[in-house]
Amino acid sequence: MAFEAGKIYAVWLREVKRFTNSKARIVSSMGQPILFLVALGGGFSALIPGFNYMAFLLPGIVAMTVMFTSIFAGVSIIWDREFGFLKEMLAAPTSRETIVMGRILGGATTALLQGVLMFVLGMLFTGVAVPPLANILGILVLMTVFSCYLVAAGIAIASVVQEVETFQLLMNFLVMPLFFLSSALFPLEQMPAWLRDISSLNPVSYAIDGMRTLVIGTSHFGLLYDFGVSFGILAIAFAAATYFFNKTSI
Amino acid sequence: MITTSRLTKKFGKLAAVDSLSLDIPEGEVFGLLGPNGAGKTTTINLLITLLKPTSGSATVNGIDVVKHPAEVRKNIGVVFQEPSVDDLLSGKENLEMHAMLYSMPGELRRRRVEEVLELVELTDRKDDWVKTYSGGMRRRLELARGLMHHPKVLFLDEPTLGLDPQTRQHIWKYIARLAKEENMTVVLTTHYMEEADLLCSRIGIMDHGKIVALGTPKRLKHEVGGDVVVLKQEGFDRSCLKGLKFVKKVKVDGDEVFLTVEHAHENLQRLLSAVGRVRSVEVREASLNEVFLKYTGRKYREEEEGAEGGWAERTMNAEAQRD
Repeated sequence: MAFEAGKIYAVWLREVKRFTNSKARIVSSMGQPILFLVALGGGFSALIPGFNYMAFLLPGIVAMTVMFTSIFAGVSIIWDREFGFLKEMLAAPTSRETIVMGRILGGATTALLQGVLMFVLGMLFTGVAVPPLANILGILVLMTVFSCYLVAAGIAIASVVQEVETFQLLMNFLVMPLFFLSSALFPLEQMPAWLRDISSLNPVSYAIDGMRTLVIGTSHFGLLYDFGVSFGILAIAFAAATYFFNKTSI
Repeated sequence: MITTSRLTKKFGKLAAVDSLSLDIPEGEVFGLLGPNGAGKTTTINLLITLLKPTSGSATVNGIDVVKHPAEVRKNIGVVFQEPSVDDLLSGKENLEMHAMLYSMPGELRRRRVEEVLELVELTDRKDDWVKTYSGGMRRRLELARGLMHHPKVLFLDEPTLGLDPQTRQHIWKYIARLAKEENMTVVLTTHYMEEADLLCSRIGIMDHGKIVALGTPKRLKHEVGGDVVVLKQEGFDRSCLKGLKFVKKVKVDGDEVFLTVEHAHENLQRLLSAVGRVRSVEVREASLNEVFLKYTGRKYREEEEGAEGGWAERTMNAEAQRD
């Protein structure tokens, strides 16, 4: 493997610039999570007296924001192939690992920005208290790892599935189940057993559980598991991304 | 500068490039001409290391394309047939990113970005999104990008496909100037005879993955035997041409007579005196069209473009799809 810092920076910069260049995308991608938080959170909070469901939901919604942006960033290699830009990268004297690394870091940066923005907005809506500094750092680390593995997974998928037509399909059949079949919306211990089992197999549950622990102190798996699983998945997803992207052609 | 030896690329059973052996010296502007599917783009993709050959070998600037693809890439610039700029970035941002991918140091990078922008006359639009550029402007930006890192060899795959005649001439002007000023070796593929004739010091006509004719435009045109003179005359009698050595071939089709004539412009007077009164006369100078026809047995129709889709047209299609 060969990484070149200057070139990783170039690829990273492109991702970030594309993101900051399209203000509309930033705003529109915040709309849905906020709607979820306010409508779903507000509704259920009224249904279950004495339980601040909105506060419980917040980490799930932050994760949702991060998920959408991350997977989109990874899978957008499909678009780069369609619009020819991928060729510019592949014909440059730049290793494939460098491109993968730059894209993961770039995608994660944009996702993290949105995640943090969502988190701050969410705290205003839900009245969750600002967590202590150590917890904030923990949340940022977990969000970074979470986001990186999602971008990597997106890259791996986009390297194999090359048709633009599958883009929407992927977003719907990958992102939605990953979100709904996780610990994002409901406490796992109160779920029916089958749903709990599925959700326990979903790595996304661990990232959300970890964030929730650090925000409101409610834990299901325990922080050690949450971080362990997330880092493990990152290693696997990164290996898959470099392996498949190395094999991809124009 | 470029050599290929029995270079072959097969897709399944089809040999897109079939045992191609070429030698392109430094400083040459070499044109690959051929109908759709002749293997031009595949040849380019093999030379720029985006495809691996099935067999055979090739070197660019003395470096083997299979053994050291990364080294080859440092030495080349590419303008792809299909658009490949990022339209969500500005023109300048596209160039800057390119420079970083080619490890150009900061100072040189800034200077070079301004230089190439100036060269393709995009300085005043450099901070606008590429999205807002016209087809010709995008193409010029891609040219600028291909040149930025002072490549030893510049590959241009159909540099003017789908552009309007004015823009096309503009781009020809740039390419000719660049080849001269930057002393680059240029390999270009094209659909347009005029383009090849104007820009290339040597032309290889490609068909079914092979080079079927190779030489300077002048020599290739000479090989077809001369210009064509078309006469309209009723009751044409071929015996009147006796003794006219400059007439190489005669074909009669109804009241039309097709004569292949050497140096038609100088010999027209004598020809007409011998033939007598005609209803009309037309002189067609030997062009690469005739050369092409001779070697591929196919007429070089420019409508064929429609089959592959023009460059600009594809850009628009792609954009429509995204919206």
